[in-house]
Formats: sequence, C-alpha cells, structure tokens
Amino acid sequence: MHAITAENLTKKFNGFAAVDDVSFTVESGELFGLLGPNGAGKTTIIRMFTGVLKPTGGTARIGKYDIQRNPLEAKQLMGIVPEMANAYVDLSALKNLLLIGELYGIRKKERGEKAEYLLKLFGLYEKKRQKVKTFSKGMEQRLIVAMGLMNDPKLLFLDEPTSGLDVESVILVRELIREFNNNGTTIILTTHNIEEANQLCDRVAIMNHGRIVAIDRPEELKRTIQSTTSIEVAFTTKVNAEELMFDNVNEIKKVGDKLRLYAEKPEDIIPILVKYAQFSNNKIISLNTLAPNLEDVFLKLTKNEGK
Amino acid sequence: MIFEQFRRSLAITKKDLSIFYLKGPVMLSGLLMPAFLFIAFVFGRKLSLEFLLPSLLGMTLFVTVSSIGPIIAPWETRMRTFERLVSAPIALWAIILGDIMASFSFGLFITLFIFLASIILLGMEIVSLSLIIGTILAAFCFSSLGLVISAPPTDNPSNIMMLSTLIKFPMIFISGIFIPIGEMGDWKIISYISPLTYYTDLARYTIGGNYFSPAIDLLVLLGFNILFFAIAVKWHKKNLAKRF
Ligand SMILES: Nc1ncnc2c1ncn2[C@@H]1O[C@H](COP(=O)(O)OP(=O)(O)OP(=O)(O)O)[C@@H](O)[C@H]1O
Ligand SMILES: [Mg+2]
Repeated sequence: MHAITAENLTKKFNGFAAVDDVSFTVESGELFGLLGPNGAGKTTIIRMFTGVLKPTGGTARIGKYDIQRNPLEAKQLMGIVPEMANAYVDLSALKNLLLIGELYGIRKKERGEKAEYLLKLFGLYEKKRQKVKTFSKGMEQRLIVAMGLMNDPKLLFLDEPTSGLDVESVILVRELIREFNNNGTTIILTTHNIEEANQLCDRVAIMNHGRIVAIDRPEELKRTIQSTTSIEVAFTTKVNAEELMFDNVNEIKKVGDKLRLYAEKPEDIIPILVKYAQFSNNKIISLNTLAPNLEDVFLKLTKNEGK
Repeated sequence: MIFEQFRRSLAITKKDLSIFYLKGPVMLSGLLMPAFLFIAFVFGRKLSLEFLLPSLLGMTLFVTVSSIGPIIAPWETRMRTFERLVSAPIALWAIILGDIMASFSFGLFITLFIFLASIILLGMEIVSLSLIIGTILAAFCFSSLGLVISAPPTDNPSNIMMLSTLIKFPMIFISGIFIPIGEMGDWKIISYISPLTYYTDLARYTIGGNYFSPAIDLLVLLGFNILFFAIAVKWHKKNLAKRF
C-alpha cells in the first residue's frame, strides 16, 4: 500500500490554481522531496495532506484513509512540522511537547518519557522548563521538529524543517531525518535547497506554478538533461562569450570571472579551447568539466515549463 | 471515539488556562471587578440589596466568562499556533469545546467567590439547586457566545475585543440588570433575546422578584447553549482556511 496518494489534487484560491491537478504516490519507507521555487505550491500540497486545507478537487489519501473523510484516523498516523508554525511561546518546551502528546492521545507515563527523550535528542533538555519565549530561533525550530515526532509517526511531513537554522542545527536535523527514515519512517520533505534534496531524498518531485514538472530519483533527473554537462573555463585575458560559441556548444553562461560552456560532448570542446587559446595568444588558467547537478535540472525545468 | 475527543479537548482547556487565565493580573481583575461593581452599585443607586445581588452575579458571570474567550482564536492566528492544533487528530468541535471549557471554569471559579461572599458577608441565601444548574448552563452559554464572537478570521485580537464590546455592552442593558424586566413595559420584548436575562432572572428566584419560572429560565438557557455552540463550530469551520 502507498504511504500517501495524491489524485488530481487541485487547490484554487479565488480562481488562482496554487496546486493544479497533481497526482503522485509515495511508497512507505521512502524519503520523498518536494522541490520548487517560492510559491510553487509545496506548502499548499502539504496542507491538503495534513487536513488543514480542503482540496478544491481531487483526493489526498494517507494510507487507505481519505483525509477529508477520515480526518482523525489519518491525522493520528502522521507527524507534522508545518512551515510557519510556532510553538506556544508562553509555555515551556516540556509543556509544548506534553500538549502535543495529549492531543494524540498518548498515555501520561509514555508522553512524559517521550518528551524527555526528544528534549535530550534535540539538545533542549537543560532548558526544558524555560518558556519558549526565551529560546533562540534555532532552539524553537528544533523544538518544533521535536513536536512533530511526539507521536512516533510512521509518516512525517516536514515543510522546510531546516530554514532559519545555523549550520550545526541543520546537520543535526538532517542526520535525524536520515536516521528516522532508516528506521522505517516515511518522510515527505519540502525544500528549495537543492543540495538538501539531493543529499537526502530517494525521489524528488520538482514543482513549478502548482504543477509537478518532473518526478524521479535525483540521479535520474540529472541524467535526463545530459545537454547540461558543462565545462568551466577561465583565461588570463578576458574573452567575450560569443567568441567561444563553437559549433557543438549549446549555450554559454558567464559565472563570475569564468565562462560555462554547455555541450553534449564536453570532451570534444577541450581541444578546441586549447587551440583557441594558442591561436589568440591567450592562456587557460583553469578548466573544469562539470557533471549536471540538480540545480541545472531544477533551473531548466522551472524555466521551460513555466506558464 | 467521542470520549477520546473529550479528553483531548481538556488538553486544549489546560493549555488555555495556563496561557491566558492563570496569571496574577487576570485572576486579580476577575476577583476585583465584582467587588468594584458592587461598591459602585451600592453607593451609586438607591436600589435594594435584594435587587442588586442577583444583578451583580449575572453581570460578573457574563463579563468574566466572555472576557478572554474571544481573543484566543485571533491570538492563535497571529502567533501561528493554530495550524498545528488543526492538523492534530482533534476535531474542530473539540478544540472549540476546549476553549469554551477554559472560560467556563474561570467563570465558575469567580462565581464561587461571589456565592461565598454573599453567604458569609451578607448572609443572603441566593444559592439554590436551580441556580447552581443555571450558573453552569449560563457560564457555558456566555463562553460559547465568546467563541461565536471570535469566529471572524482576523489575527488582530483588538478587532475582536471591539466587536465583543459592541455586542456585550448593549446586552447588559437589556437583560434586566439595572431595570427589572417587569418594569420595562413594551421594551421587555428585546430582553427576551438575551441569555443574560434568564440567568439574572433565575438568580432572583430565592430572594423573590423573578419574572419567569426557574424551569423556563433553565430551558431557555439550555436552548441558547445548543444554539451558540452550533453557530461557533459552524462559523469557525467556515473561516478556518483563512487563518493560515
Ligand atoms: N491562503 C491563501 N490565500 C491565497 N493564496 C494563497 C494562500 N496560500 C497560498 N497561496 C498562494 O498559492 C501559491 C502557492 O503557495 P505555497 O505556500 O504553497 O508555495 P510554496 O511552494 O510553499 O512556497 P515557499 O517556498 O515560499 O514556501 C502562492 O502563489 C501563494 O500566494
Ligand atoms: Mg512553503
């Protein structure tokens, strides 16, 4: 059985389709990424799955439950780290966790133990009785992630869980995401951090303007756009991009003081570049071949398949 | 399943009490307000204590119970704590019930003090079984009214405070608190639309001076309870998506 299923999921706000006829499934145990620029509709999709927004059309299923028909059963199964949500600043970290425990119907003894365990895991144990008001942004965000784990979810929605965190906390949260996933938790992660998606996800859906424009494993996505294999070159004397527009070069971009040449077969370009340098009395300072990265895929897809 | 939802709504109540109610200034003003009102009533007007005490009881219960309840929803909207509640396995009606129970218990606590003060200090016997049942019904009813008032999906508590004052102030004047219903002439028709009328009337019963029979008062209060709770759930449901 699929962990979650979206069937022709659509959400319109006053006629504007924030999510437009989206269908996909995520298998249990998968770490699935939703990647897209601001306003792509990632959060709107998550909110339809977590029962916060009602779809304008289509269905969102958690396991076998349609979230609109069996909201309580479906919600019981999942943990949530909403994008913009806060903890209660007037309550202590411990009380925030215990409140969540109660809302999920966890027994008193268990929820006390679970809260202590999570406080330790997220490095908040020393401050457990302090009001969240006194926390730094990063500490609060760690608490919010911990709150999403109170009910030992088999399915976890993380909407930009690492935004606003410093490097150390980002690493902590990413490690925990991996660990929970290794222990069998299905994870749906939204991010606009391409590297994060690349490092963490089994599969990634790239979204733009409310639609999924590509969905595959990161490596496969990279392969689909071989033409973006590129060479980065820098000369001692500056060279205009047009001059390097050789026959089998598809595109040239200026990247800092370097030029990036896109070509199907970069190996053919290298000798030409060397000849060009000799011929024009110039010298090559650096030359790199770059494999396509997820960023290229992302940019290409979100540009071409726009409105 | 329903029982489990009730339990979860108590978690909401507990959260509300510790965030909004169990604070020095809130408790103190809850207790001082009836005392000040009483002094103002006694010195300001030439009314008998028999008339004043039930009025005071009705007004205090009404004002304390409906003071904080309305601002919880706009406050949670502003603080962005609502999304998590809504995505937890608790039904919206149970969240609303939890909020209602918080002001309800706060109101009962304050009323208890007035009951004790009226018995111990004034030696008046206003407490009866029907008044106890009536107080419970009325506290729940006024508290539900507070959640009806908080339904507009604003994130600005002061908008709701304004709306709340606009609704509550006239209600106090038409509810037989300052003028007995019997003396209102043709105007008494408008007092029928206010639940506060029936609670104040019930409070007059043991001392004398009531207008309706206690059974009618209780029944009407029960009716208002169901009405307000249903409207509160319906309106909050309708506006929910606008809170994110
Ligand atoms: N409640 C709402 N009312 C009206 N429009 C909305 C609402 N929520 C979202 N939108 C619109 O829907 C679109 C998608 O928004 P969404 O928040 O899902 O994007 P996102 O992919 O999560 O973006 P980000 O990366 O910035 O978080 C945006 O154009 C946004 O303005
Ligand atoms: Mg978002």
